[in-house]
Amino acid sequence: MSPKKLGLVAALALTLSTAVVAEEKVLNIYNWSDYINPEAIAQFEQETGIKVNYDVYDSNEVLEAKLMSGSTGYDLVVPTGSFLERHVKAGIYAEIDRSKLTNYGNIDSVLAEKISRHDADNKHNVPYAWGTIGLGYNEAMVKKRLGDMPLDTLDLIFKPEVAAKLADCGIGLLDSPAEVMSIALNYLGLDPNSEKKSDLKKATELIKSARSSYKYFHSGQYISDLANGEVCVALGYNGDILQAQSRAEEAGQGNVIGYSIPKEGTLVWFDLLAIPADAPHPDAAHQFIDFVLKAETAAAISNYVYYAVANTAAEPLLLDEVRNNPGIYPSNEVKAKLFTQNAHAAKYDRLLTRAWSNIKTGR
Amino acid sequence: MSISSGSAWVNKSASGMARYNLFRRVNWGRLGVIAVPGLWLGIFFFIPFLVVFKISLSESAIAVPPYSAMFEWNLEDAYATFKLNFGNYLYLIEDDFYLDAYISSVKIAAVSTFFTLLVGFPIAYLIARSKPSLRVVLLSLVILPFWTSFLLRVYAWMGFLKKNGIVNEFLLSTGIIDQPLIMLQTDFAVYIGIVYTYLPFMILPLYTALEKMDLTLLEAAEDLGSRPYQSFFLITLPLAIPGVIAGCLLVFIPAVGEFVIPALLGGSDTLMIGRVLWDEFFLNRDWPMASAVAIVMLVVLVLPIMLIRNAQGKEEVHS
Repeated sequence: MSPKKLGLVAALALTLSTAVVAEEKVLNIYNWSDYINPEAIAQFEQETGIKVNYDVYDSNEVLEAKLMSGSTGYDLVVPTGSFLERHVKAGIYAEIDRSKLTNYGNIDSVLAEKISRHDADNKHNVPYAWGTIGLGYNEAMVKKRLGDMPLDTLDLIFKPEVAAKLADCGIGLLDSPAEVMSIALNYLGLDPNSEKKSDLKKATELIKSARSSYKYFHSGQYISDLANGEVCVALGYNGDILQAQSRAEEAGQGNVIGYSIPKEGTLVWFDLLAIPADAPHPDAAHQFIDFVLKAETAAAISNYVYYAVANTAAEPLLLDEVRNNPGIYPSNEVKAKLFTQNAHAAKYDRLLTRAWSNIKTGR
Repeated sequence: MSISSGSAWVNKSASGMARYNLFRRVNWGRLGVIAVPGLWLGIFFFIPFLVVFKISLSESAIAVPPYSAMFEWNLEDAYATFKLNFGNYLYLIEDDFYLDAYISSVKIAAVSTFFTLLVGFPIAYLIARSKPSLRVVLLSLVILPFWTSFLLRVYAWMGFLKKNGIVNEFLLSTGIIDQPLIMLQTDFAVYIGIVYTYLPFMILPLYTALEKMDLTLLEAAEDLGSRPYQSFFLITLPLAIPGVIAGCLLVFIPAVGEFVIPALLGGSDTLMIGRVLWDEFFLNRDWPMASAVAIVMLVVLVLPIMLIRNAQGKEEVHS
């Protein structure tokens, strides 16, 4: 950074710090849709007198495009780890000031260690929630076609002869090239974060071999489709599949939805709270982060959204059906097989997107 | 000296005359009227176009904004650089994938435009030939769907077309089929979506063309022994051609770049340039490449169409 620029930054920082003193009592949050207990926001507003403006998005890509254009006006955003990794490189986030977080000690240190792969020393993030990508299935429909075969295996979608038996009741895959490809690489026994062309080719071939049995690639459609019996197997996010499960129960049409973490291992993702460097209300953002880190708040969120929180203090306060659900809080044995996904080089992203289009369109 | 000053004097008078004539020739009222849409086009089309074009000549980077600067200067070392990157355009040409996507988009747009015309023409014809009092009602029925969000209407189609949707339920209960038809997530659903969404854009120009037609021409044809279908093909259809062209362009151009309909109704194998653009922008985070794809789409598709249209307009004026 040139001296001139440094001077500018210093001047900016100065105006920012003076701004903090007179910060208005507003907080602009941009989070995933259906990803918080609404009562938590009301509680926070009541405790602090800060007015929360809460906007939602449904993909990391949309969040990223906004952040990359700059001056979003948001004080708090919730990117997934591999995205945060790239954003930190682009200088999008301010450092978290831990002196303002009285509840920082509640964070699960084992998970924090995993997250630090994305962000050295976790300087720019505080974990919000985490989960896995796994298999959602309609028990009756799958058992009818496969008999007593175990359902905790990616063979359901990656073994052409097995997938073919399920084609008529419908298989849906996430439309998320990086995530699905890393799961395929791991299934093949390769490094899930490999950026080798030859590995990418093998994974592409694998998915292509069963492609004709897939109904679609979509990142949200499977929630209602699983619940309604439009598809019988979906590779999706655990919380979404658990949502399909409860929707199916409510609908009462006899569809029973299960979730399994594949025994071959799968991807674990972390959604992280981060403060954009140009956030107008960084103080309020820190207050909110501290509020979320409280055991009671973290438990209330986890109990409501059916995603796990990386908060040790919250564990005793979780509902039994949440804490004992292996789809939300997997056993240590299963946890050991989970892998995280790194941010990829731009060149590899291009190859990956092309391979993915190739798989989807059959060209 | 005297000669030159003399000629200067002559010139001065001539230019003064020219200015006077020019002033008289300019129709200020007309200029004012043209200036409004001109300004609108300038601000909302031309300037954004230049911005996108500029981005298409840069390189992607992990930064805010995520592309390299075209100008760079450094005051201490006193240098300034100006960098243009044509690599994105070269890549577009080298890789057939983009060509495939353009062709596939044009194909889908052309087929749906054809069917929109096929459905729209009889409707426009009916409205134009009905009683004037009824026309208003019928026309408002055509426009009425616009009052509901476009997205909601596409979602409604998902409800119609899905495996246990209304269409399949009906066909199953009447015994016409015994297995539900797979309609959603196919090209068929995309065609339905485009035809349905863009139908009013086809009907309205067709209606205008058919409505202003001189009906006595049909009477004359009948008197001369022409059968109704002959009159239709020899008189009505040729006179409706300007409406057909206007309607087809209004449907075809947006359909080529359509993103929402193929995303919601189409299958994973529906390849359209709108989707490719989305992937470049969001998945590859390559704004320059996405911009290049958009610019090429505009130049390759829209420009020739505009030129044809322009030439036609001139022909009409001449005749």
